[in-house]
Amino acid sequence: MKRVALYAAALGFVVFAGFPFYWMLITAFKQNRDLYVGASVTSHVPWIFNDPPTLDHVKLLFGQTDFPRWVLNTLVVVVAVAVITVAVAVPAGYSLARLVGRWGEGLGMGIFFTYLIPPTLLFVPFSRLVSLLGLQDSLGALILIYPTITIPFCTWLVMGFLRSVPWDIEEQAMIDGYSRLAVILKVAPRLIVPGILTVVVFTFTLVLQEFVYALTFISSVDKMTVSLGVPIALVRGDVYHWGALMAAALFTSIPLAIVYNAFMDRFIQGFTMGAVKG
Amino acid sequence: MAGIEIRNLRKHFGDLHAVDGVTLSIHDGEFLVLLGSSGSGKTTLLRMIAGLERPTSGEIHIGDQRVDGDVPPRARGIAMVFQSYALYPHRTVFQNIAFPLEASRTPRKQIEEKVRWAAELFSISRYLDRYPRQLSGGERQRVALCRALVRDPKVFLLDEPLANLDAKLRNTARDDLKRFQRRIKTTTVYVTHDQVEAMGLGDRIVVMERGKVRQIGTPQEVYEEPVDTFVATFVGQPPMNLLEARDPALPGRTLLGFRPEHFLPKGVFGPSDDTRPFRFAVRRVEYLGSDRYVYGSVVEAGAAPGEVTIIAKLPATIALPIPEGETHEFAVPRRALRYFDADTGLKRAP
Repeated sequence: MKRVALYAAALGFVVFAGFPFYWMLITAFKQNRDLYVGASVTSHVPWIFNDPPTLDHVKLLFGQTDFPRWVLNTLVVVVAVAVITVAVAVPAGYSLARLVGRWGEGLGMGIFFTYLIPPTLLFVPFSRLVSLLGLQDSLGALILIYPTITIPFCTWLVMGFLRSVPWDIEEQAMIDGYSRLAVILKVAPRLIVPGILTVVVFTFTLVLQEFVYALTFISSVDKMTVSLGVPIALVRGDVYHWGALMAAALFTSIPLAIVYNAFMDRFIQGFTMGAVKG
Repeated sequence: MAGIEIRNLRKHFGDLHAVDGVTLSIHDGEFLVLLGSSGSGKTTLLRMIAGLERPTSGEIHIGDQRVDGDVPPRARGIAMVFQSYALYPHRTVFQNIAFPLEASRTPRKQIEEKVRWAAELFSISRYLDRYPRQLSGGERQRVALCRALVRDPKVFLLDEPLANLDAKLRNTARDDLKRFQRRIKTTTVYVTHDQVEAMGLGDRIVVMERGKVRQIGTPQEVYEEPVDTFVATFVGQPPMNLLEARDPALPGRTLLGFRPEHFLPKGVFGPSDDTRPFRFAVRRVEYLGSDRYVYGSVVEAGAAPGEVTIIAKLPATIALPIPEGETHEFAVPRRALRYFDADTGLKRAP
C-alpha cells in the first residue's frame, strides 16, 4: 500500500517535470492547422496529434534562421565564461573560506551583494566600457560582462560549499609532507570537485537565460546567442512561430537536461563521504 | 625519538585565552594524555605542537629543534591522527597509507614494503584496495594510525582518535593503541575528554582547564592526590565527594574530600581501622550490577542534613541491605581523606 502511494507520488512528479518537454515536443512537430485552433472548438484535443506530425517548423528553424550559429555562439560564450568563472571564483571562494578567517564572512557577504545589483543599472556604464574596449557587437562583450554576474555568485557558492568540507584532510596533508601551496594545488581540487561542477552548472544556467545584456550589446544576427536570437527571429511583430520556437527550446533544453542529470548524481553522491566520520 | 619541551605557551583568539601559559616537559617515549572538557585548550595545544596553529607567545621544542616559529607542520617530524581520521576520500587504503611516503619521495619499492608492513601490524592487509567509505569506523581508525606510523615520526599526536567508535570497540581499540605504543616507543601526545581513556592510556596525565594546566601526574597521582577540587571532581566517576568539615581540629573553611568507593557502611571496617564516621541519610539506591551507587546527604551532629549530595559506591561484594529514606552509619578510612581549602580549592595538609 505504501509502495503504491510512493509510486503514485513519483508518477505525479514525473508528469510535472515531463509535461513541458512533452508540450514542446508535440508543438514543435504539429501542423499549423493543428496548432492554431480557435478556443471555441471543443471537440479539438490539444495534447495529441490530431493531424500527422510535420517537420516544417524544424526546417524553418534550421533553414531560415541562424539557429545552428546561435547554438555555436552560445557554446563559445558559455565555455569561456565557465572557464573564467572557475578560474576566479574557485580560488577566491577557497581563500575566503580557508585563509582569511574572520574577515572571510564579511568579505563574502560583500561580494554576494554585488550580485544583487540589477543589470538594468549596470548596462549603461558597461556599454561605455565595452565601446572603450572596441567590443561592441561581438561575443567578447558577453564574455567580458557575464563573469560580473557569475563570479560573485559562484565565489559565494564555493565559499559556502567549502565551509561544509572539513579542514582536516588539508591539514592532514600538510602534516604528511605537503606545503600549503602544494595542498592547494594537489589536494584541495579533488575535494572541491562537486563545488566546481556546481559552479559550471550555475554558469550554464545564468548565461543561457541571460537576455538583457545580450540584447544591449549584440545587434548582428550572426553574433546572437540562442536566448536572444530565437525570440528576435521567431517572434515577428505579433506573430509567434510557436512550432519553431518550441523546436528551438526543445533542441537546447534536451541536451542540457541530460547533462544536468548526469552531474546531479555526482553532487548527491556526497563526494567527501568516508573521509570523515559519516 | 624525541621529547617535547613547551615553555610558557599561549594562544589567544581575540579575548579568548585558549591556551594560557602552559609549561610542559614530555619525555622521550612517553605516552602523555591531555585531559580536559571541551574548551579547555587541549586541542589548541596539540595543534600548536603540530604547527597548525601559531602560538601567540612561548616556545615549543621537539627534540633539540625549536619549532614554534616558522617551521611548517611537515618539517616537524610529527604524525597526527584526527578525530575524523581525515582519510583522503578518493584514494584507496593503500594510497592513503602511502601518501606521506610519496610526499617525501620514497622509492616505489620501499613504499610498497612499508605499507604492507604497517597494514600487517594493524591487520588491515585485506582492505588495501578499498576506499575509506567502504570501511567501518574501527577500520578507518586503523588506516589513520597506519598512515601516521609509516612516516617514522618523532612524535605522535592523537586528537580523540577513539571518540567516533562505539563503546564496545573503544575498549579493544584502546588496548591495541597502548600495546602498539609500547612496542614502537614513540613519544605520543593524546588528547581526550574521556577520563577512562586518560587513566587507561597515559603514562602521565595533564589535566587542563580554561587554557591552564591544573595537574600533571601519573594516573594514580591524579586520581589519589588531586591538587585541587577541580581535578578531584573532574577525574573519577562518580566524582570525589566534597563536604565542608565541621571539625574543630581542622582550620576553618576546610573541605573534606573522599572517593565514593571509600565511603562504606561502618560495619565493613574492622575495629582496628582508623576511620572517620558519618551519619548518612540515604535518599536513593541505584543498582548497577557490579556496584550500587547510594545517594544521600551527611547529617552532622546537631545540624540539619547537609544540602550537598554525597555518593557512596558499594561493590557487589557488600551485600548489606541499604533501605532508602533511612539514616545509616557510614565511615571513610582516614588515609583516604583529602583536605582542600574551601576558598581557593587547593589541596592543604590535614
